[in-house]
Amino acid sequence: MDKHLQIELSKQGIFTTTLQDLYNWGRKSSVWPMTFGLACCAIEMIATTMARYDLARFGAEVFRASPRQADLMIISGTITKKMAPLVVRLYNQMAEPKYVIAMGSCAISGGPFKQGYNVLKGIDRYIPVDVHIPGCPPRPEALIHSFMTLQKKIEDQQLTGVNRPRHLNQAELSEFPVPTYGEHDLEPPSNPDVWPDFKVIGQ
Amino acid sequence: MDLEQIKSDIEGAVPDSTLRIILNGSPSAEHSLLIDNEHAREIAFFLRDHPKYAFDYCSNATGLDWLDTESTQKVKVRKLIEGVEQEVEESQKTLFSGYLESVYHVYSMSKKHGPLVLRLRTINRTDATHLPSLTPVWRSVEFQEREIFDLFGITFDGHPDLRRLLMWDEFTDHPMRRDYVEPDDYEYEPTAHDEVLEKAQRHITQLT
Repeated sequence: MDKHLQIELSKQGIFTTTLQDLYNWGRKSSVWPMTFGLACCAIEMIATTMARYDLARFGAEVFRASPRQADLMIISGTITKKMAPLVVRLYNQMAEPKYVIAMGSCAISGGPFKQGYNVLKGIDRYIPVDVHIPGCPPRPEALIHSFMTLQKKIEDQQLTGVNRPRHLNQAELSEFPVPTYGEHDLEPPSNPDVWPDFKVIGQ
Repeated sequence: MDLEQIKSDIEGAVPDSTLRIILNGSPSAEHSLLIDNEHAREIAFFLRDHPKYAFDYCSNATGLDWLDTESTQKVKVRKLIEGVEQEVEESQKTLFSGYLESVYHVYSMSKKHGPLVLRLRTINRTDATHLPSLTPVWRSVEFQEREIFDLFGITFDGHPDLRRLLMWDEFTDHPMRRDYVEPDDYEYEPTAHDEVLEKAQRHITQLT
């Protein structure tokens, strides 16, 4: 439907919409995150849900303690290699449609611990991430901004066609292989389906 | 804290024990006491229960890794050169075998003194890496000895629950050892320099 016509009609008191808009509006307005904190970023995440920043304004006040009831996983903090398989398993246990926000430097790339031996260098090695927020830790405003970015992403999703989201596409997998604990490192060190092997390093 | 006094008191109470004072040359002058492995627990019990010392609190246990070192010394040797005895300088190499060490800082809360620094040394860093656990004496070092076991690979005999603390059970390396080689999982380095640049370049050559 033409946007201008829709605006003109609304001026005359006639409300028009499409099923897609209605469906996406419903989903974006009640994204329930999972109660899941990994490190210091979790403190900022908790602050975001409290009265001062009030994530409830965006329909995300209900933090679910079970992955079965959650739509959004906020990776809030450092992912140690010991924790990484559990993060992937929790993501697999979530029902579609599901989204991931990688919060803070550690969740994106390993952050200050990138040179270390026991920290995973970014959760997008194993699961697809929808929104990345840099910061160490990001302020609650940044988390709210990432949340609004995610809402925009949901709003723009096409329900049909080749660009339809994963949960409406039978061919796409919703579960990702869980890495196992190896003798020296996680096996495999990354999932090639979601994380291509980059060959450019340094200068 | 007079370390000499403590040393002679221990030697009086625990016969056959061998102790050595290891001097610290830094301004802090925090000298430590190297105790032998056979009598370590006996010595620790003595220090904890003796009314004069009453070291009732072990605040910290940590590990150290000393690699094998080789030192070269110039020695003057008398030698027969062309039938004439002459004094010649020769360089002699001596090999010091490395060892692992666990260090304990103990305090007395009731007497308000401390710290006393205790050291325990393993025989080498490869196969004889056993030390007596001091967890039965000071319960507070239980997790710290597990951490040393995890990161340095010292096995504490008599520890109630010796498992890896930070790394997973399947892990076989000891990351805090000086010769530890970390897994190569570098993909992108925005500001690579020095060691990181070397690591990144090694990664490139492995890929291509």
